[in-house]
Amino acid sequence: MAEDVVEKIESAIRGNRVMVFMKGTPSFPRCGFSAATVEMLEELGVPFASADVLSDPDLREAIKVYSNWPTIPQVYIDGQFVGGCDIMRELYESGELKTLLQAALTPGQ
Amino acid sequence: MSTEEVKRRIEAGLPGAYVEVRDFTGTGNHFEALIVSDKFAGLTAVQRHQEVYRTLGEAIGDQVHALTLKALTPEQYGQQR
Repeated sequence: MAEDVVEKIESAIRGNRVMVFMKGTPSFPRCGFSAATVEMLEELGVPFASADVLSDPDLREAIKVYSNWPTIPQVYIDGQFVGGCDIMRELYESGELKTLLQAALTPGQ
Repeated sequence: MSTEEVKRRIEAGLPGAYVEVRDFTGTGNHFEALIVSDKFAGLTAVQRHQEVYRTLGEAIGDQVHALTLKALTPEQYGQQR
């Protein structure tokens, strides 16, 4: 993995409480799993940042190695890898996602 | 890849696991799997999925475009039924 792409990943994860690596953009997702992930975050009304791996092939490969996770989307909350679409859905349905996001987005922490 | 092949690989990588695989588009590249294994006990959801992904190696992203996973311990599976 090239150093600059790792730096880009780390600054995205550190600089955003909620960071989504996805296919497409939140307005124009290019894959159903990315769309579903964004939809859950929007439903919960939390601000999040995203990076489109389809427009950046180096990022697409690097994020898989970085997270040890072969699929997209990938969600990071508070610098921690939370998972892809399936885990997000489980957390969403159990209510844990809301709790996790509230903790991450509470100011002063 | 066939559902049988996906099932076979997961079973080979996680001996003793109960595995169900469904091809949800009928195109041989979008699968849904239920895996029940006692090896998942004490692992986070991320670690469980990583264990399953490991069994499929390079096929993920190549022949397998999408794999929707449910990874449960036998106790969790028992409670769900």
